[in-house]
Order: sequence, then C-alpha cells, then structure tokens
Amino acid sequence: MYEFVSGPLVWIAFIIFFAGMIYQLATMLSMAKKDKVYSYMSAKYSLRSLAHWTTPFGARNMRKRYETTIVTFAFHICLILTPIFLAAHVLMFSFSWGPKWLAFSAAGANWLTVIVILASLFFLVRRWMLPEVRFVTDPSDYLLLLVAAAPFITGFMATRQWFDYETMVILHMISGSVMLMVIPFTRLSHMLFFPFTRAYMGSEFGAVRAAKDW
Amino acid sequence: MGIMAMSLPSLPKVPDPGLDESVKILTQERINEVIDRVLDKETAARFRVYQDTCVHCGLCSDACHWFLSNDRDPRFSPVGKVKQTLWEIMKRKGRVDGDLLKTCSRIAQTECNVCRKCSMYCPFGIDIAYLMLVVRRICNELAVVPQFMQDTVNSHAVTMNQMWVKQDEWVDTLQWQEEDARAEVKGAAIPLDKTGADVFYSVIAPEPKILAQLIGYMAQLMTVAKVDWTMPSFDGWDNSNMAMYSGDFETMGRVERVHHDSALKLKAKRIVMGECGHAFRGAVYDGPRWLGWREPPIPVIHAVEFYHELITTGKIKIVRKYEEPITVQEPCNIVRGRGLGLKLREIIEATCSDFRPPDPDFEHNYCCGAGGGVINCGPPWKTSRVKGNSVKAEQLAATKAHVILTPCHNCHSGIEDIVSGYKLGMHVKFFIEILMQTIEIPDELRVE
Repeated sequence: MYEFVSGPLVWIAFIIFFAGMIYQLATMLSMAKKDKVYSYMSAKYSLRSLAHWTTPFGARNMRKRYETTIVTFAFHICLILTPIFLAAHVLMFSFSWGPKWLAFSAAGANWLTVIVILASLFFLVRRWMLPEVRFVTDPSDYLLLLVAAAPFITGFMATRQWFDYETMVILHMISGSVMLMVIPFTRLSHMLFFPFTRAYMGSEFGAVRAAKDW
Repeated sequence: MGIMAMSLPSLPKVPDPGLDESVKILTQERINEVIDRVLDKETAARFRVYQDTCVHCGLCSDACHWFLSNDRDPRFSPVGKVKQTLWEIMKRKGRVDGDLLKTCSRIAQTECNVCRKCSMYCPFGIDIAYLMLVVRRICNELAVVPQFMQDTVNSHAVTMNQMWVKQDEWVDTLQWQEEDARAEVKGAAIPLDKTGADVFYSVIAPEPKILAQLIGYMAQLMTVAKVDWTMPSFDGWDNSNMAMYSGDFETMGRVERVHHDSALKLKAKRIVMGECGHAFRGAVYDGPRWLGWREPPIPVIHAVEFYHELITTGKIKIVRKYEEPITVQEPCNIVRGRGLGLKLREIIEATCSDFRPPDPDFEHNYCCGAGGGVINCGPPWKTSRVKGNSVKAEQLAATKAHVILTPCHNCHSGIEDIVSGYKLGMHVKFFIEILMQTIEIPDELRVE
C-alpha cells in the first residue's frame, strides 16, 4: 500500500493535475474566442486589477471584511508554500530526482500547517454564521473544504505520530493526491481561472469603462 | 440539508400578466429548446468559467443595495440571485417549469439593476450582472417578461423609440421647444437634418414625451455656446434602449444601429447624448459588442463630458453659483460604466457653491434602484423597488442636501420615487437645469 501511494499514485495525481489544467486552459481559451473576449483584453489593465486584488487590503471589499481578508491571504499563502518547502517533501524529491532546495524548519512548517487548519475552520464557521454564505452553500462546498484541509490535517497528525503513523502517512498521501487530481475539475480550479477572470474584468473596467474595479 | 435549512419569510406576490399569463402557454419542449440554445450557443467562456469558479463565498453581497436594503436577506445578494436562477436551471439541466421561470424573471428583471457593482466586490471579478442578463435572455426568448417592460420593447421594435412617439409629434415637439428657447435666447434654433455638423444631439424618448423643456434648454445652451449642431427629424433620434435590458438583443441591435446610422447619414463629426446613463451604455458598449464593433463608428460622448468641455474651453461662462445645498446621484452607467465621476465632480464644483458628496461615492456609489430596466417593469414593481433601496434614502438624507443632481433619466425618476417614498423632502434636478441658472447669456443674445 505504502509503495503504491508513495509511487504510482503520486505520479497519477501529478499527471492528472497537469493534464487537467492544460485541458481546462485550452478549453477556456478556445471558448473565449466565441465570447469576443480577446478584443477587450488589455495587459495594462489586467495587471492593474491583479495587482490590487493580490495585495492584502488592496480593494475596498477587503478593507470592509478585514478578518476574511487576513485569513484568506494566510490560508492561500500557507496552502501553496507549505507542501513545496516542507523538508520531508524536499528530501523525498531529492532522493528520487536529485535536486534540492531550501526547506522550512520543522517548527516553521508546523505553524504554517496550523494556520491552514485554523483558516479552514474559519471558513467552515463562516459558512454557518453568515446568512448570505449559508444560503448559497451546498454539500459540495463542505466537501471541497475538506479536500483542501485533509492533506494538512493528516500531515499534522502524522508528524505528531498521532494514531498509527504509517496509516496516517498513507492517508496523507492519498488526500494530497486527491486534492491535486480534483483541482482542475472542481471549483478549486479558481487556482487556474482566478488570474483570467480578474484580468478580464480589469480590462473591461479599465479599457472600456475607464473605471476602477477594486 | 438540515444544517443549511433557512427559514425566510415569503415575499409579497406581485401580479404581472407578463409573467403569470405568459407561462401558461409554454410547453416543456419550448422551454427545453430555448434554454439549451441560450446556454449552448449564446454563451461561452465567461459563462462556463464563472459557473466553475464561484466558490460560494458570498463576498459580493455587500455591494448590492437590494441586499443591504432588505435587511441582508440572502435572497437579494448577487450570488443568492444566481443560486435561485441559473444554478437552479443548471441543476435541473434546463428541464424547468413555469414557476421557476417566473421566479427567474422576477429576480433578474425586477430585483437586479445590472449595475455591475458586485463585480468590484467579487474577488474573482465574476460579472454577475452578465449572468443576470443571461437569465433575462432566457426569459425573453420564452416571452416571460414583465408586461410594462415588454410594451416598451414593443415600442422600440415598431417605432424605433421607447414611448410610441410618432414622427409628426417628434418634429412638432422640436418646433415647440425651439419657440420656447427663443423666448429666452435670441435666435435659438434646433437645426434639423443638417449635414456635416460638429454635433449630432440625441435624447431618449421620455424627453419629447414628458420632459420636453430639456430639449429647449439644450437649444439655449447650444446657441449660447455657438455649437454647430443638429438633430434628426427621422428615426434614430431616440438613443434609449430597453431591449438591451429585456434580453431582446435582436431589437437592441436594430435600435443601436439606427441611432449610429442616422448620425453617419448626416455625416456628423460626433454624437452627443443627453443626460441618460443606460442609453450611453447601449451606444458605447453593449450595442457595439452585439453588433461586432470594437468601438462605435463615430465618437460618442455623454452630456456630462460635453458640459465639461463647454465649461473648460470657455464656450460657456459660469457667472453665478447655484447656492442650495446639493448632492449627486452618480449614475452607474457613466461613472462605473465610463469613468466620468471626476468630470461630473468638476462641473458641479464649477457651478455649485455648497456641494455635499455622498458616501460611498464614485464607482462605489449605490445604484438608484431604477436602472437596468427595473423602473420600466412598471407600477406593479414600484413598491419592491423603493423598498429595495432604503440604503439610498439613508445615504441621501445623511448629506443634508436640499437638491439631488441626477445626470441620468432613470436615476432621476428612481430618485424621485425614493424621495417621495421615504419623505426626504428633497428636489431632483438634471445638470442642464443648474446650467440654465448659472451661465452667462451674452447681451447680444438676451431677450429684452
């Protein structure tokens, strides 16, 4: 089991992740032509909009909802950086392929993981507490949150050696692979689409309507 | 799902034959065919990506005056409206019934002003107004459209103007206004069908129908500013376009084309449009996009830009200031829709001595609640429209102004309803009314 999840499954997950992303990107780009999107795109206004929306508190709504802004930024930054710079991941990669890069200290990685888990809890509570969020929540929203949080919860538990270590590591690898595989085909695809939707709206607001969109 | 079950009070039922009677004659085959066609053939990347990307975070909610005014009722949040309409249609794979179509039409046509403010609050920049226009398109193709709105669109389709104005009535109104203008300014004239003029001036049909004096004011202004201008005696004089909002895009395209064509026919150098927001949006953005033009064929400017130009180039002189405390309703379609916020401020500063800015303002200003075709859904929907904009009443009252400037016809009517509905005791004015009180009429043009 361990051999399968740490070898072929990871391969499958990465292949599906990258192939899925390329497929979704190609589909979107070809459909964009039919939608007369290209003639409205502007590099300048795309970047202007992206700069505002990737800077904490760079948009009015971010300042109004400061708690959500802080948690959202922390969540996404930790979610992306932790797996890439985790010492165990770097080591496993270098055993198989050779190259190595800098890694977080154990304590540092531990804190980043805790941030992701706490932020996920925040999103969960937010779904229950705010009527406008609860109204548009369906079971898949909980499932997606679980998919994103599970690799971190299982990773955290494995590091602490809670329950059976090997089982936990296997669960960690499975949940990580599942997350990678579903990103292109679920709403987690905002990882891919966010820059495009934002760029398009930035272009329309900037180049056509001479207005700000933040 | 139990944890998500929410008990929300039922909304008052509004009878509207355009919805209630229309759904009775629909067949399931027709519904399926229309929804499949609109979703498969008429939408593409934007629709698909918006559906796949929205993470149901609800952050768009605080943008919407309907949501804020209805005690944060989630059914009025932008994403809540999408959930009740498009998500429901998608979930049922287009196999929907008349009841859902009625709900779709009510929500998309009467409870959303397609003001696009929510796109500035969605972190992904999802164009929720566009999604509501897709819902309107589906409803239009099934003829489930509020009756008053449909009548307006019928008028566009038949007469090429919004209010069933006949050609002789149009020309007669211009002559009458020309006479009135001459009582104030010597030699004031409304040159009809002049070829090669610098300015082709167009208005919306409610001007000749119910606010004819505005045309007379413009004749005075053009004469004082010595502008080489013209208006057409033929179709194309009305620049309004409610078909753009009902989802009847074929009629929208015809109306926009006639407007631009009439200016081209007269070889005008540019089009100046009266104080109306939606008409401007139709002429510079939605219309050209439907017609496959990147830009309109000849430059089109809004009255606010035109006034700004006349004032800053000294073609008109401001000799006295308007002194009443005044605030402004910044029209979505020219401020968020065309970046005219600053120019609007500058012409107010140039003419008014006691300006009280609203808060929030510029791109973040609240919509008047009437735009996007909502006011054209008529009297049956007036109560919900006024109730759906209490934040606007609070915002206006907080300025303590006596007068509200509205350089847009929909805003003007919508704000009048807010003022009377919430007993604000304020007056609503177009900018040209302020100009008529503040510009210099040179001695040689003054009527003794």
